[in-house]
Amino acid sequence: MSGAFRLDGGAIERDRTLAFRFDGQRLTGHPGDTLASALLANGVRLVARSFKYHRPRGVFSAGSEEPNALVELRSGANREPNTRATVAELFDGLEATSQNYLGSLRHDLLAVNDLLAPFLSAGFYYKTFMWPRSFWERVYEPAIRASAGLGRLSGEADPDSYDKGFLHCDLLIVGAGPAGLAAALEAGRSGARIILADEDFLMGGRLNAESHEVSGRPGAAWAADAVRELASMDKVRLMPRTTVIGAYDHGVYGALERRTDHLAAARGKPRQILWRLYTKRAILCAGATERPIAFGGNDRPGIMLAGAVRTYANRFAVGTGRRIGVFTNNDDGWRTAGDLSAKGVPIAAVIDVRDVDPATAVADARIRMNSRVAGTWGRHGLRGITLATGERIELDCLAVAGGWNPNVHLTCHHGGKPVWRDAIASFVPGDRLPGGMSVAGAAAGGFTTAGALADGHRAAVAALGELGLAVATGEPPVASDEATEAAPFWHVRESRGRAWLDLQNDVTVKDVEQAHREGFRSVELLKRYTTLGMATDQGRTANVLALAIMAGLTGRTIQETGTTAFRAPYTPVPIAAFAGRSRGKDFRPTRLTPSHDWAEGRGAVFVDAGMWLRAQWFPQTGETHWRQSVDREVTGTRGSVGICDVTTLGKIDIQGRDAAEFLNRIYANGFAKLAVGKVRYGLMLREDGIAYDDGTTARLGEHHFVMTTTTANAVLVFRNMEFARQCLWPGLDVHLISVTEQWAQYAVAGPNSRRLLAKVVDPEHDISNEAFPFMACAEVSVCGGTPARLFRISFSGELAYEIAVAARYGEALMEALMAAGEEFDAVAYGTEALGVMRIEKGHAAGNELNGQTTARMLGLQRMVSKRKDCIGNVLSERPEMNRDDGMELVGFKPLSSGDELTAGAHLLALNAPADTASDEGWISSVAYSPTLETSIGLGFVRQGHTRIGETLRAWDALQRSDVRVEIVSPHFHDPDGKLLRA
Amino acid sequence: MIIDHPLLGPRDAAEFVYLGDACLIDRPDPGDENAARLFHDYLHIRDNPAGEHRELWFHEHGDRSWLVVTRNTLTHEIVRVELARDVALARGRDR
Repeated sequence: MSGAFRLDGGAIERDRTLAFRFDGQRLTGHPGDTLASALLANGVRLVARSFKYHRPRGVFSAGSEEPNALVELRSGANREPNTRATVAELFDGLEATSQNYLGSLRHDLLAVNDLLAPFLSAGFYYKTFMWPRSFWERVYEPAIRASAGLGRLSGEADPDSYDKGFLHCDLLIVGAGPAGLAAALEAGRSGARIILADEDFLMGGRLNAESHEVSGRPGAAWAADAVRELASMDKVRLMPRTTVIGAYDHGVYGALERRTDHLAAARGKPRQILWRLYTKRAILCAGATERPIAFGGNDRPGIMLAGAVRTYANRFAVGTGRRIGVFTNNDDGWRTAGDLSAKGVPIAAVIDVRDVDPATAVADARIRMNSRVAGTWGRHGLRGITLATGERIELDCLAVAGGWNPNVHLTCHHGGKPVWRDAIASFVPGDRLPGGMSVAGAAAGGFTTAGALADGHRAAVAALGELGLAVATGEPPVASDEATEAAPFWHVRESRGRAWLDLQNDVTVKDVEQAHREGFRSVELLKRYTTLGMATDQGRTANVLALAIMAGLTGRTIQETGTTAFRAPYTPVPIAAFAGRSRGKDFRPTRLTPSHDWAEGRGAVFVDAGMWLRAQWFPQTGETHWRQSVDREVTGTRGSVGICDVTTLGKIDIQGRDAAEFLNRIYANGFAKLAVGKVRYGLMLREDGIAYDDGTTARLGEHHFVMTTTTANAVLVFRNMEFARQCLWPGLDVHLISVTEQWAQYAVAGPNSRRLLAKVVDPEHDISNEAFPFMACAEVSVCGGTPARLFRISFSGELAYEIAVAARYGEALMEALMAAGEEFDAVAYGTEALGVMRIEKGHAAGNELNGQTTARMLGLQRMVSKRKDCIGNVLSERPEMNRDDGMELVGFKPLSSGDELTAGAHLLALNAPADTASDEGWISSVAYSPTLETSIGLGFVRQGHTRIGETLRAWDALQRSDVRVEIVSPHFHDPDGKLLRA
Repeated sequence: MIIDHPLLGPRDAAEFVYLGDACLIDRPDPGDENAARLFHDYLHIRDNPAGEHRELWFHEHGDRSWLVVTRNTLTHEIVRVELARDVALARGRDR
């Protein structure tokens, strides 16, 4: 049955045939078809099962509002569940499968739910799955999850790529129907920079779906010419297949463009692009969506929106049945009868709820005015209808015309509410529109073609005026005004059987009545209690109907009943499109130090440190465990000399006449009197008195300092210092710039570090202990004239230096240092050995500066100057932070040297129970010390300094460890600091 | 969201980092006898206005200016954008 329902005409390419499969069945269609139109052309009416009751369902609409015809497209990792067949463009080789059934689409075993419907009405979850409590997670949830959901995810990584893009324009026009095209023509001819976006692949909107004439020509032909003219304009960007999903602040709109969904393969192109559109003005020409009428059995395949039946006939050249009936409450429904008759499709009946004269004559049709459809029959598709009078009419398609709802969604994204207009029995946009937006055409409630053309033109002229552009032509295209009289009619009271409102979530009129009876009368409660409008179609064909029925039940007006909030996105957007290219490794940038390649060549194992990759250790031949590498690096450094890349530390250049005074206020300890050529360790507090960050700052000149921060806080410290500079003390003469990436910096540590450096630093610079003592700094040159900065500072506790060169020389310097160190057996060491040595030396790091500790806890209370103002000084004085029985930083060793300490262990008295009340502190950092040949730790214990030598339990429930530890000084290695000064 | 930077013109909000209420400019005098209470309020006590709100934004991915943005919390309309430095100077902050 290939194309048995095809008619003449339409916007399809008949001379090309596309083959596709639906549930394995081979079918054909043409370019210009959607999957839905191709299925209908082949007479496929049953395409899906409903969500809850597994009722047979067919294509209901011809657009993005489709509630029923959700299918899975493609296969394998490319599978796209819940795709609306009405917007899926047909391509050769398309594979589609129906979803949400057990067994087969035709014989769905889960259709048993439909027999249970009396028990499954609104709120049944809340009432049924309450007892016993123990069943909640073990019985109810697995059972509900197994039967819930529609399509299946592939479970594999998305193989497609997605992009994000940014566009700017004077005027965004949303929708390329008659209003949008009229607006775009006027604005384009006037020279405005325009974006015209439409969710359809064929621009023209209802002009393609109707038999109207514009300027004396068929509407679709006029639209094609308009699009051609717009495409020839330099400043016009046409964006078909692009849905404007949301109106954001200050003229920013989000739009999803589908780039390759209509192709068999993406061929490396991005599948979809999420655009951010920056606009000066926007005209919403989003048209309107037709709504049905609720009556008994109104969900069978073959029952469709009347406008969609016209779309399939006029645009896709598909007859949706062989005996079509129309059920309407308005004049527009009669157009379906007229258009289909004109195409040679027999109209069996027109049933109009109104007691008026028939709008047009329809040959051979039963015309029933003041009549209602009360029931339907047909198991897998419509076979006939029963009127309220009992009259039975055989039909295979019923076109239902319940009136049109303007697509007001984007007008409400800034909190505006639509208002009810009795004349058209619909909500129209309210007064409070997003800034810069106007609305034209059917979206504004004007339902005639002539009205839409004129309104679009008017809106463009107004926008051009606001943009200060001269209007080029000034005359809108002309068309006839169609009859659009409508009666507010929602629900056939005489219905036999269930009357459906939300087809996707299986919500019936009875569910709304029940919600009303049980007190869930506000629209927001109605929605959540019945799940009305909560499916992927967001109830676009259902909501107004349900509101009107609720209004009738409560005796309130529809305006008083109100709508639920309209939120972006307008139609579903894949999460992958929001992610764009920021997936996996590309989620954020990776920062590499200048000598990264050198380290990689040495076989370094890297660790993430924020965005940076840092060498963690350098395994050598024969080393099978990381501890062997780390122990060797520590022993080699302490025994002779080691070199470590410390480029990732934040570096901030500070200059100005008040630079010293500024630093004095940023750091808790004093910097005003630091001599030129000296470095000082500095501690920063937060304004609430908690320790924040630490590092060293060198004074290179009277008005020139260079600060280092921790790697983790580099960005934050810089931000806070700019805040202090601009907002707190704007009168200070000081300027800051981040130079983290401008300088490559290396620690050279160990007893032979000076001898090594003497081979690299040019000989005119005296770096002897006398000339260049501990905490000295200088601008020097290395390797025969390359400018460098040398700092005599030590994190390891050894005689040590840090040397910095311009980033581009970093790798060369690393190589020069290693070459110079060959005679000393110099080792390259990574962050792990760095950590071991700082724990051995008792330096606090991130585990200790964790946002909960104070200078006093860290043993640095004497650094907090009382004689000056600095950030955090006042609140560091709070009594609770200065208790005599507070926590203090100490060191720990296991009593039995084979035991291992764990970071995170809690400290308890030997005989105390393991509970919160007995908690005396915690271990924050641990390492195996190859120097002491034992596990060691740093941590906090109450009144720690008075308790050196005491034994405690280190109890760690997470790592199942419970060992006895001795409290010791945190300075395990060289407590007097002799090595530093050697 | 678009912030009309006084020096650079309209910029996307994605270039900025938000801090909070512009009252953070008014750091109390640490020498005040009630300094502890003043600093407590400075750090923790905030109005939550429905309407115009003056707030601090940092142009981190731009020129590193701190800005005082006056934004209507009901409509997101931005009615004024100033350099925080100018605001601080006008409020008597100096050295």
